[in-house]
Amino acid sequence: MPKRTDIKKIMLIGSGPIVIGQACEFDYSGTQACKALREEGYEIVLINSNPATIMTDPEIADRTYIEPITPEAVEKIIAKERPDALLPTLGGQTALNTALTVANMGILEKYGVEMIGANAEVIHRAEDRDAFKEAMKEANVETLISIQVHTLAEAMAAADKIGYPVIVRPSFTLGGTGGGTADNPEELREVATAGLKASLNTTVLIEESVYGWKEYEMEVMRDHKDNVVIICAIENLDHMGIHTGDSITVAPAQTLTDREYQAMRDASIRVMRTIGVETGGSNVQFAVDPKTGRITVIEMNPRVSRSSALASKATGFPIAKIAAKLAVGYTLDELPNDITRETPACFEPTLDYCVVKIPRFAFEKFTSTPARLGVSMKSVGETMAIGRNMKEAFQKALRGLERGIDGFDLKCEEIVADRPLEGLFATTSPDRIFRIKTEMKNGMTDEELYKRTHIDPWFLDMMRQICELEKRIQDAPELDADLMKEAKDDGFSDAQIAALRGKTHTEIRELRKSFGIIPNYRLVDTCAGEFEAYTPYFYSSYGETDESRPSTKPKIMILGSGPNRIGQGIEFDYCCVHTVMALRDMGYETIMVNSNPETVSTDYDTSDKLYFEPLTFEDVMNIYEKEKPEGVVVQMGGQTPLNLSVPLAAAGVPVLGTPSDSIDQAEDRERCRVLLDQLGLKQPQSATAKTVEQAVEVAKKIGLPIMIRPSYVLGGRAMMIAWEEADIIPYVKEAFKAGPGMPVLLDRFLDNAIEADVDVLCDSEDVYVGGVMEHVEAAGIHSGDSACCTPPYSLSPIIVDRIKDSCGKIALALKVKGLLNVQIAVHKGEIYIIEINPRASRTVPYLSKSTGIPLAKLAAQVSVGRTLRELDLPTLGTPNYHWYAVKEAVFPFNRFAGVDPILSPEMKSTGEVMGMDYVFEAAFWKAQIAAGQALPTEGTVFLSANDESKDWMTDLGKTLHDIGFSIIATEGTAQVLEEKGVPAERLFKLAEGQSPNIQDYMADGKVQLIINTPSSAISRKDEVKIRSEAILRGIPIITTKWGALPTIAAIDYINKRGWVVTALQEYFLAAPSGNKFR
Amino acid sequence: MSHTKALIALEDGTLFNARAFAGRGEIEGELVFNTSMTGYQEILTDPSYRGQIVTLCYPLIGNYGINTEDMESYRPHAAGLVVGECSRVVSNWRANKSLPEYLEENGILGVDRVDTRAVTLHIRDKGAMKCVISTEDLDADSLVAKAKASQGLVGRDLASEVSVKAPMIWEPQNQKKTLRKVATIDCGTKYNQLRILQDLGCEVHVFPNNTSAEEILAIKPDGLFLSNGPGDPEGVMHTVSEVRKLIQTGLPTFGICFGHQLTALALGAKTFKLKFGHRGGNQPVMNLAKGTVEITSQNHGFCVDKDSLDPEIAETTHINLNDQTSEGLRHKTLPLFTVQYHPEAAPGPHDSMYLFHDFMKSMGV
Repeated sequence: MPKRTDIKKIMLIGSGPIVIGQACEFDYSGTQACKALREEGYEIVLINSNPATIMTDPEIADRTYIEPITPEAVEKIIAKERPDALLPTLGGQTALNTALTVANMGILEKYGVEMIGANAEVIHRAEDRDAFKEAMKEANVETLISIQVHTLAEAMAAADKIGYPVIVRPSFTLGGTGGGTADNPEELREVATAGLKASLNTTVLIEESVYGWKEYEMEVMRDHKDNVVIICAIENLDHMGIHTGDSITVAPAQTLTDREYQAMRDASIRVMRTIGVETGGSNVQFAVDPKTGRITVIEMNPRVSRSSALASKATGFPIAKIAAKLAVGYTLDELPNDITRETPACFEPTLDYCVVKIPRFAFEKFTSTPARLGVSMKSVGETMAIGRNMKEAFQKALRGLERGIDGFDLKCEEIVADRPLEGLFATTSPDRIFRIKTEMKNGMTDEELYKRTHIDPWFLDMMRQICELEKRIQDAPELDADLMKEAKDDGFSDAQIAALRGKTHTEIRELRKSFGIIPNYRLVDTCAGEFEAYTPYFYSSYGETDESRPSTKPKIMILGSGPNRIGQGIEFDYCCVHTVMALRDMGYETIMVNSNPETVSTDYDTSDKLYFEPLTFEDVMNIYEKEKPEGVVVQMGGQTPLNLSVPLAAAGVPVLGTPSDSIDQAEDRERCRVLLDQLGLKQPQSATAKTVEQAVEVAKKIGLPIMIRPSYVLGGRAMMIAWEEADIIPYVKEAFKAGPGMPVLLDRFLDNAIEADVDVLCDSEDVYVGGVMEHVEAAGIHSGDSACCTPPYSLSPIIVDRIKDSCGKIALALKVKGLLNVQIAVHKGEIYIIEINPRASRTVPYLSKSTGIPLAKLAAQVSVGRTLRELDLPTLGTPNYHWYAVKEAVFPFNRFAGVDPILSPEMKSTGEVMGMDYVFEAAFWKAQIAAGQALPTEGTVFLSANDESKDWMTDLGKTLHDIGFSIIATEGTAQVLEEKGVPAERLFKLAEGQSPNIQDYMADGKVQLIINTPSSAISRKDEVKIRSEAILRGIPIITTKWGALPTIAAIDYINKRGWVVTALQEYFLAAPSGNKFR
Repeated sequence: MSHTKALIALEDGTLFNARAFAGRGEIEGELVFNTSMTGYQEILTDPSYRGQIVTLCYPLIGNYGINTEDMESYRPHAAGLVVGECSRVVSNWRANKSLPEYLEENGILGVDRVDTRAVTLHIRDKGAMKCVISTEDLDADSLVAKAKASQGLVGRDLASEVSVKAPMIWEPQNQKKTLRKVATIDCGTKYNQLRILQDLGCEVHVFPNNTSAEEILAIKPDGLFLSNGPGDPEGVMHTVSEVRKLIQTGLPTFGICFGHQLTALALGAKTFKLKFGHRGGNQPVMNLAKGTVEITSQNHGFCVDKDSLDPEIAETTHINLNDQTSEGLRHKTLPLFTVQYHPEAAPGPHDSMYLFHDFMKSMGV
């Protein structure tokens, strides 16, 4: 059946900021969907609050609303745009939940909007546990014994009935927030309370525990003619009980016979039909008892998911694109398989390679919570690798993880050298596989290892084979060609072999090449080679034939940013994708190299060629030598490719953009200091120290407060501010621990300074300033964690001009060819240079989105020789516009119970949102709402001030009182408030152990906003308790003056004026045409 | 387990290095590839692979071992097995032996450390071809010469080699109900076809493929089932003539794979050899009557020329969406329908089980 003609305008809901459980895979799926639907002539209206997405580029949809994803905003957009249909299945759980709420509110009915893909009934059946179980009974698919409960008492009773251990699963949450395993009533009390809170409808499921069972996922697609196909089966290496997002996973399934696989396939199809997903993709998860083969369904997601993005990359089948086309009426047999062209999309991809995904964690940033995996997802990113066997894929994925390991190598063992493979470590640590390696070498049997870890013997043997080959490489009198070939077949990297042979990786590389052992590139073709494939999507292996077909066209290779992590996320993928777009437009053949399956950059449609490979020197050099591109772009993917700049250049690779010597000059503190001195620019007094004693000495010279941090780490890891002398030694020790063997850096901390980020584009002769972004938080908070606003909302034009001028000088002095990011502090009217990053920064997409000037694309053109003059960018010009764009960071604190959610120089945010409006307060308010801060319009505010903040807090209290809020406070704060004539209800401090205290108020829902400043650098325990509980309960909390003042102003503004939604296209159309720049 | 070097030689002179993980010696056959990611046990024991050396595209094989329940016949029929990496451990609750053990027991040569994608792409581009694999003669020229000299499949009667030698009734001890009596002409039937018919209430009488129509009719069957089988349908014209007689009696008839081809020949249509065949579990087939797609299990190197089918006599009911070839036919007047693919799956998807029910209906059940 052809596409529907009764609908013309379709609204899509994106997934909002990157959070744990919902990352850039939804940008990938959303972008695919938008493109697919526009290609069919539909008008697309999009809402997504995340500016760092390709899908929110103004060219992708007809109307792009960067607005908070709330039912209210969706209603406003529907009322304004009057779409015919709403497609909720491509924006993750956020889109699904929002759509369901909007449907339940009667908004869709009111405006005559049809939900396509999955309707409200289907979503309910898939998400509501009772409804799901009922449906599964009907589908004749076994489920786990479970009881749905709404209160703690019911939960306790249910567990008694089922028997411990039980699993607590909240419904309607992200990535299993608030769930967990309970072995006894005490644990259940804790886990169930959190679960009930995390669930949007206060519903949790108490379920029989299948801890240790095997876990599988099936990606299913269905069209409205009831054709159903399985795109991919994924097997988890980690057992049931570890969230699949946190598990190492493998495709295809490895340890199922066809009989079992088909039983699971049949069950998936029955689930799909019974739940009633009419069109599109879904994900069905199964647990299999390894002893009996009993198959039970765990859950189904009636939408595209993280796993479907993985499945798309693993198979080459574009699930989201096809899902979008099915939603508007096509059937699977009517759509072509893009890869083979001649065969239809109605088939099941078959693989002739093995795919391994390994998640990446950020536990080191949340040290007060144990590094344990469970049913609630904790990982912040992932890497995928493809190989001809699992050893190869596994080792490639490990080196692609960028944890400083070169495969399943000797360094892995060092990571957990002092952790015995026992207890919770053996079953729930993300690093347990490293310890397994040591134990194998120590002689532990697979049987014993299985008993301790529940990892399937087949996977254990895979690891053991690597250990055995490692030993042979180590012991061989000579590393001959046969052994080298065997090592490469099994995924050993040059560096890994080098460590075993006491050589350098370049020596091994030379030896390997002298044997003629170089990788060949294979196609991901959906069909195991049965049909000719046209899509150039490659992975390396040491097989016998090469399918890479290098062309003779002028070509450029772009290095991506690898797995997402805190500090390096979707923003860099955005920059890479824009680079590809710009270079393609200029007629270059673009070659993308990346290992992150969640991204748009690894969509085979994005670049001319895609190499799905780890971003290491070896892997990149191999591709370089095969393709011989004219240049390699390392500036766009963040620190990962930038770190390769020097070695690549040394190996003779033409690295485009800023010269690698300039990169070194910017990154080397001493050289940088000399440069700034020459330019007459100030920077905070600083020094480096190699020992604790030395650090103490220089700290004395610099004076307090002082910033202490390790060198060469990302995202401000272990970066701390010492306010008192006593802090110096512990902080310095911590910094040495975070960067072993590296000097510690000490800087004078500029107290109460205003910080600004500047992104500059330079062609080495002229400089254009993309924008100045004024931070909301004062210096001392990591720039990635601070809210910011462009244009600056408080800095004077004179200061802004001086900032632009300073940045221009730096760019020219460094001969920057491309982008440069400068971090500035304005302290007592003086400008200080805090940091210089000679690459695309995290703020480039936000800045591009808020101004409409595509910085990354322009930078790409500059990197291949275009000048700013040719691009019509005026020297020291900045975009001229009349609105404010506020960026707010989004944090994963709700995943890490007990962690103090205060901001610091160490970056902790996973994502960002943008609020845009013609009025600063409204833009700020939108950003807060979009970031999940449920700012109240009325109710009660809890104020708790440390000594330094008593003054402003009382002023704030007065404002709050004037605009109608009630105030509660503990004794000290209440007293100063009353002195100013602000009535405040007194609460006991937690430490006083009496009621009422703030915890009672939070539990009873009697407090709507908390403003609480930390009493000292090391917060008191009860403060941490308040803040982390507020996070878990979803009560907005503000911990700084700089955050509090605009928040209250914004609440006041919205209360009085309300708010409207405006599409990006409307802003840009309304922009003055004559003076685009100022 | 010790490993021996092996060499794969094709008739066009192409060579692939390998290592024997089971069996020793020298084998010949037509080298084909199968794209299924699971089901090596069913594939090995499928009699349709008689005379063929099977390359499994998915490189990691043997992971779940071998069990007693998933046998599709009494022994492996493939002449040899070519894989990327044979697992050295077995991980499955039903497994009772490893793949190498099973192959050793049956004297089948299994080789691994082969770049199966390179093999597959070669066959895809050049077509299925004659092949010799040896652990004894590692001389390239000699082995290529042997491959050239080896027998091909065309015109050969392989079905007779795998057919039962005398009539038998399928597992009478497991017969729970008997609604109908079905005569099966065994050209190399997979057990699962018989299991399904029995489960649906058929007493299944299995006849050698050289049985006369009269002998078959003598048991007064309610229906006729034509099984799958190996090789070239034109190699068994003797069976075709008996099939022609049988269907003219108006006996409800259902055929699978080779049975489809024999029926087409019996109805005067033609068959031809595909370049490299359809072997795998993901082949999309359009059911023309319903307008829906079934994902099917397939294993055939020969194919019915659907344009040679007299539209007055029979119509095409199913086509392959990848290459538009014939996947099913139905007689215009007689209760006769056949499919090219394997609705009994094993291995493969179960989307087409309805065909067995249709057969039951055609017998009035």
